[in-house]
Amino acid sequence: MVEFFLNTVKPHFNFWVYVILMMIGLWSLIAKNNLIKKMMGLAIFQSAIILFYVSIGVKDGATIPVLEHYGDYAEKAVSAGPDVSATESSPAPAASNPADAFANPVPHVLMLTAIVVGVATLGVALALCEMIFKEFDTLEEDELLRKIKALHDDA
Amino acid sequence: MNPKFFASIAVVITGLVLLYGIADFPTFGDPRSPANSGVEGGAPSTSLYYINESYGDTKVPNLVTSVLADYRGYDTMFETVVVFAAGIAIFAILRCVGKDDGAVISAPTKNSIDGDHNRIIVGMTCRLAVPVVQIFALYVVAHGHHSPGGGFQGGVMLGASFILIALAGNLDDALGRFSEKSYMALASLGILIYAGFGVLPQVLGKNFLDYGVLQKILLTDGPEMARSHSMLGVEIGVAITVMSIMFAIFANLSSRGTLKGGL
Repeated sequence: MVEFFLNTVKPHFNFWVYVILMMIGLWSLIAKNNLIKKMMGLAIFQSAIILFYVSIGVKDGATIPVLEHYGDYAEKAVSAGPDVSATESSPAPAASNPADAFANPVPHVLMLTAIVVGVATLGVALALCEMIFKEFDTLEEDELLRKIKALHDDA
Repeated sequence: MNPKFFASIAVVITGLVLLYGIADFPTFGDPRSPANSGVEGGAPSTSLYYINESYGDTKVPNLVTSVLADYRGYDTMFETVVVFAAGIAIFAILRCVGKDDGAVISAPTKNSIDGDHNRIIVGMTCRLAVPVVQIFALYVVAHGHHSPGGGFQGGVMLGASFILIALAGNLDDALGRFSEKSYMALASLGILIYAGFGVLPQVLGKNFLDYGVLQKILLTDGPEMARSHSMLGVEIGVAITVMSIMFAIFANLSSRGTLKGGL
């Protein structure tokens, strides 16, 4: 058991946490009856995905991707020209690759917009829930189905 | 059988498949992982290009801003459009224009942050906090090139300052300062600013959102500084839209579309 944790869980500890978080969200999406709780599940699911992406961009010992926080790196990189990306010259470069000083900016960009859009779409979902509640006086799925069925039987 | 039982089975199976998959993932914080350095013997990762070249291309030290507003300009523009569309959707779903059909909300007219003595502490705190929040939000927008920040973050903070007024007093109070007409107009204006920065290079004979050519208009020394300044303009557009839509979402949701009383 201890071996399993040390060899399998520990190197990928972050991914294990995100998968478990995602399972919590997915479970509440499927199993919960209340629409608000389903939306909470969706938000948890989304957080897991966002954390997953951000953790991909992490580099050990790197700082935030703002060049000014690293002395004169910006000028050095510009003066060195395109050859500074060491991966082009050698497939397995030494640990002295200057790009290793900064976290990967791409996941940050992707998740930055995803968070704002997530808030906006959550707002739309809440608006829909509000209209459903106004119409049926409930947000429980089974009651909703019963009331909708009753409406159809009347018509 | 309980449906939650089947839900648990489905979730556990999904989780196990994913856990099996992540066994092949690079370890946390590995600078040699494919996402950070590219695959061995193959092409280097795009992120290396951004880290090494984007300062020379755009003169913006914050890589996130330069990637967001320049290299991925299309993406960000349509993300902003998605936020705008969400605001319009909430407006279309909730806003009951011209009729008061049973939205039972007691209108507490007495507790605006200007009048009621019972809420003097809340009102004063809000009065002191809101200008600070708004100035910091403007700093976050304007300084997004050199420090963490940018249009989305600053816009959300600006929207939050109006939401704070609505929470501390009432919605009428906040709407008196930022009316429905103005937030809808500003939300469209933000998109217009962004799209305008896209169309302007087209007028000058380049591609959509190719800011470099704007040096003829912005009178900067070199296309790099033109990109940098255009990014600031684009971020301001994003901030205006996000601010307006965040407040629109709150105003419509908290009053069930009547925009009266609320909370």
